[in-house]
Amino acid sequence: MNKKKNWYDYLWIFSLTYLVLGFFNILFAWLGLLCFFIPLLISIINGNKAYCNKYCGRGQLFSLVGGRFGLSRRKDIPKWMKSKYFRYGFLAFFFAMFFLMLWNTYLVFAGAKDLSKIVTLLWTFKLPWHWAYHGTLFSDGAAQFAFGFYSVMLTSTVLGFVTMLLFKPRSWCVYCPMGTMTQLICRVKNKSE
Amino acid sequence: MPKRKAIVSIRECVACGCCLKVCPRNAISIPKGIHAEISRELCVGCGRCAAECPASIIVMEVVDR
Repeated sequence: MNKKKNWYDYLWIFSLTYLVLGFFNILFAWLGLLCFFIPLLISIINGNKAYCNKYCGRGQLFSLVGGRFGLSRRKDIPKWMKSKYFRYGFLAFFFAMFFLMLWNTYLVFAGAKDLSKIVTLLWTFKLPWHWAYHGTLFSDGAAQFAFGFYSVMLTSTVLGFVTMLLFKPRSWCVYCPMGTMTQLICRVKNKSE
Repeated sequence: MPKRKAIVSIRECVACGCCLKVCPRNAISIPKGIHAEISRELCVGCGRCAAECPASIIVMEVVDR
């Protein structure tokens, strides 16, 4: 019954490596931009969600840990979490937090603020992360972006992990801001055609 | 045994693709990135997609042949 595996079925290794690398050198966080631009480009150019459907390493990681390893209650997600209000609301909130992070990066670039070597979990908890910082060849702003971006990635992984445990393995996919955004792009694109 | 077919609630579908990965018959596709589509001809009603769907919006419906 097992389907033949494709090369892209192993992209969870990339996602896992990404999270681990952030513990050693924060500048690796920049690689996470791939998980932003690839799905956007695929949806804008091809008008589909091939990224979610095939390539998303995050989703694969959740289905491996929650599905294969069984770390999931496999219960239905609450109704409100799959409602349009929550999905688009979470997207808007995520966007707002993302731009706040970009603003902070800008302030460090402009020299108005010092680099803060912390990772902010769930937009609230400030974790000391200085041990993953070994200087940067570029502006301090480049490092600030790395700390900020890694915070985004770690926060979404933690949220996804919690909903994986509580509900189905890939519950994250229901409210994933990237998924909501690419679906929205596909809606617009395929309507206009 | 009544025949069953998987039905997607397209309004609620998030087009994540979990269902198409588990379908043993490759009966599911997400052609436009908006919602999943299940081929009535290929679906054998095994229910794997319904179990996998993270939004639990696939239901198995009994069909008269």
